[in-house]
Amino acid sequence: MKLDSKIPEGPLETKWQNHKANIRLVNPANKRNIDVIVVGTGLAGSSAAASLAEMGYNVKAFCFQDSPRRAHSIAAQGGINAAKNYQNDGDSVYRLFYDTIKGGDYRSREANVYRLAEVSANIIDQAVAQGVPFAREYGGTLDNRSFGGVQVSRTFYAKGQTGQQLLLGAYSALSRQISKGKVKMYNRHEMLDVVLVDGKARGIIARNLVTGEIQRHGAHAVVIASGGYGNVFFLSTNAMGSNGSAAWKAHKKGALFANPCFTQIHPTCIPVSGDHQSKLTLMSESLRNDGRIWVPKDRKDAEAIRAGKLKPTDLPEEKRDYYLERRYPSFGNLVPRDVASRAAKERCDEGYGVNQTGEAVYLDFAAAIERYGKTEANVKGIDNPSAAKIKELGTAVVEAKYGNLFAMYEKIVDDNPYETPMMIYPAVHYTMGGIWVDYNLMTTVPGMFALGEANFSDHGANRLGASALMQGLADGYFVIPYTIGEYLADEIRTGAIDTNHAAFEEAEKEVRGTIDKLMNAKGDSSVDHYHKRLGNIMWNKCGMARNAQGLQEAIKEIRELREEFWQNVRIPGGANEMNPELDKAMRVADFMELGELMCKDALEREESCGGHFREEFQTEEGEALRRDEDYAFVSSWKYTGDAGNAELVKEELVFENVELKTRSYK
Amino acid sequence: MDLKLKIWRQANQNTKGELKDYAIKNVSADSSFLEMMDQLNEELITKGEEPVVFDHDCREGICGMCSLHINGEPHGPQNATTTCQLHMRKFKDGDTIYIEPWRSRAFPVIKDLSVDRNAFDRIIEAGGYVSVNTSGNTLDANAMPVPKADADEAFNSATCIGCGACVAACPNASAMLFVSAKVSQLSLLPQGKVEAKDRVLNMVNQMDLEGFGNCSNVGACAEECPKEISLENIARMNREYLGASLASSK
Ligand SMILES: Cc1cc2nc3c(=O)[nH]c(=O)nc-3n(C[C@H](O)[C@H](O)[C@H](O)COP(=O)(O)OP(=O)(O)OC[C@H]3O[C@@H](n4cnc5c(N)ncnc54)[C@H](O)[C@@H]3O)c2cc1C
Ligand code: SF4
Ligand code: FES
Repeated sequence: MKLDSKIPEGPLETKWQNHKANIRLVNPANKRNIDVIVVGTGLAGSSAAASLAEMGYNVKAFCFQDSPRRAHSIAAQGGINAAKNYQNDGDSVYRLFYDTIKGGDYRSREANVYRLAEVSANIIDQAVAQGVPFAREYGGTLDNRSFGGVQVSRTFYAKGQTGQQLLLGAYSALSRQISKGKVKMYNRHEMLDVVLVDGKARGIIARNLVTGEIQRHGAHAVVIASGGYGNVFFLSTNAMGSNGSAAWKAHKKGALFANPCFTQIHPTCIPVSGDHQSKLTLMSESLRNDGRIWVPKDRKDAEAIRAGKLKPTDLPEEKRDYYLERRYPSFGNLVPRDVASRAAKERCDEGYGVNQTGEAVYLDFAAAIERYGKTEANVKGIDNPSAAKIKELGTAVVEAKYGNLFAMYEKIVDDNPYETPMMIYPAVHYTMGGIWVDYNLMTTVPGMFALGEANFSDHGANRLGASALMQGLADGYFVIPYTIGEYLADEIRTGAIDTNHAAFEEAEKEVRGTIDKLMNAKGDSSVDHYHKRLGNIMWNKCGMARNAQGLQEAIKEIRELREEFWQNVRIPGGANEMNPELDKAMRVADFMELGELMCKDALEREESCGGHFREEFQTEEGEALRRDEDYAFVSSWKYTGDAGNAELVKEELVFENVELKTRSYK
Repeated sequence: MDLKLKIWRQANQNTKGELKDYAIKNVSADSSFLEMMDQLNEELITKGEEPVVFDHDCREGICGMCSLHINGEPHGPQNATTTCQLHMRKFKDGDTIYIEPWRSRAFPVIKDLSVDRNAFDRIIEAGGYVSVNTSGNTLDANAMPVPKADADEAFNSATCIGCGACVAACPNASAMLFVSAKVSQLSLLPQGKVEAKDRVLNMVNQMDLEGFGNCSNVGACAEECPKEISLENIARMNREYLGASLASSK
């Protein structure tokens, strides 16, 4: 099999404009006869569904929550990037493109990333027009902040709730189309399979999560915008329901799955507190703008802190190791996520961790509070302010910037982060891997598209902060509405899709078979029991650091666990009613296969790049060792009936505009 | 800690529900309220009983999916906190905790503690948006400066998570706080002003159609709101509504 990424000819700067100008159009009368299914209503799905409906297509949208407004995108905190150069700090489309390629450790496609940077500015305009209340300066213009891995301020934000505000904007656009009857919304519905007729995506099988009813839905194209699969690790910053099933089902029906092992471990999350833990909470990366990360210089001090005999605030400056500032003087606390996470793990593995489990480092705001306090005192014309006054003024500034995050921290940890440093540790956060798509965002199955975190494009081996929101909305508002026409132009004579076709029959039968099998296992252990065990294997052997032996073991263990799961899982209740245990079981069953493919992919990629760190491939200083001659390609996996026997198809990455360099943040 | 739980169990919308007693042991003070519920469900599953159904997703206090009346209070005892962010350290060993669903005609129970809040979606569909298509040619975002105070105020209103606690808290089951938060956000911004009159009329009309009660200025909504949406929103909406009604009756 050969992959055709369909990258348009011509110079990087004009590819998208030229392509857009030449994409075939579907005239308005024909659009009325074309149905599109959108699975997912996060930023990518809502924006796509709304835009496609505005253009005249008939859209059916699906989400498993009780409302489209609750998609996991709502939880994004820090912000969204855009090359607006409002700060006049030298930002440009090219710089955003370059930062993204470099940040992704040279494992993404130039043309896609350039387009992303190009449309980024439109996203901000669109969101503001919808009434998204971004943070503003006193002059009334939009404010920006900076994020890890870059040296300009291009991140737009709405306090620590940027995802919420952007999603509510997209949700309002979607609601407007629902009210016009152009979108039919299916809340509390889960897609369980894609249906292919003559090799083309022609619909889905869905389950009504309230009644258990199995439904067939036909359409001329199916757009998967179902988010990422970080929950394969059980513990992650994703919402509880986030899952990989829609993407996995698409994969099993023929869509190649790209770079599954590229997962992002976010450096600033609240550490695990005990066995009861059901999820992990992110403390936005924006905090690294003002927080300084450290552990004690001396192991003995770390031990004393762990034993509760020493307080971090009692440790003098000279006894603290600001290890990011030490190792990476030019980027300091703002190194990209993968680098920051590994550095934290390295210190904790060496015995410098600062909480009871030994897996936590400090994120300290004392210096920022003092700095802001002094500035405020100056602004207010206070001469010789007392230390207490400075602290008071500085605390107010920090509160205005991060108040909601600090409050969230205090609720969870029961510690006041204005008084004592926060404790943080890396956690699974985002998946760069996903369904392989071409430049038009079409998968290897004709008529099936993938958007947002569900696809693999744009972020390579590591995503920069504030770029997922940008990508989701770029895909949904500004790419798919055009590129889908290229495919649908050939569908104007197809007519309504017949859901009585044998292919629907068969897909439905298969779904019912899976449900019966799960319900009838009647074993001893809960779904969560298996999910936690899977998560443990993944975190220990396919997490922040990986090696061949561990990955081989993981594959074996996952296969055994999967076997046991199908024999021994226990799902109470019935299949024809609301049954969250059954919903979870279906998702975990897919994670059990996807997890194996992730390990296989990690094993095959004998280099370290971005979020993928293979212990065998590192420099003497412990930095990642990329191997461009052998691995500058996208690993795309073809399903062959068993996740373990997937076939590797390579998409070679061609870099015509940037020079491949060792990523250095020193 | 060890706790006694009294939990509302209801098989579906058409059956009558009742409070059932459960006992749970060894709950960590550091676990969240929903993690305590997970622990209970794990025990129920092991015993071969049906776990308790409740809604939740983000567990970060932002998606608005979680609900629960805890000891008679929507989202429980802690101020400005959703159920998913409430931690067990707020309870004491030996406590008895009552756990019930939102109670409102407009929010029918689906199963156990899960209710149907789609009425909120329909209110937004009635006008909770700015009518602007996606084109790529919209006005530059900085072309229209917005005073910081207005932007901040609009943001505060926009932080509503659509959880429905305001309705659950209100003796009249009024949805005024929820509706007014959206009306306020959009009417405070120049982008939303153009349609402000129709918006408020249509949204209020839909609110009434959904069977939410009238507002009699009790203020329980704002007290229980996990996002501290203020009563000023209601006052603003009332002004907007009055202005719009006068204009439309002219
Ligand atoms: C805590 C947190 C903070 C973040 N902060 C930032 C940030 O500051 N900046 C940034 O750029 N990025 C951030 N991210 C990443 C970003 O939020 C996500 O990558 C992005 O929102 C994903 O959007 P999406 O539309 O692809 O998917 P999602 O928002 O995850 O939406 C998925 C949708 O698919 C639906 N769905 C899934 N499976 C099915 C199925 N089988 N059937 C039917 N429907 C289904 C769901 O109901 C949902 O509607 C953050 C992520 C987390 C976890
Ligand atoms: S106003 Fe408050 S209580 Fe009501 S829905 Fe919004 S966040 Fe929930
Ligand atoms: S689960 Fe999302 S707000 Fe509580």
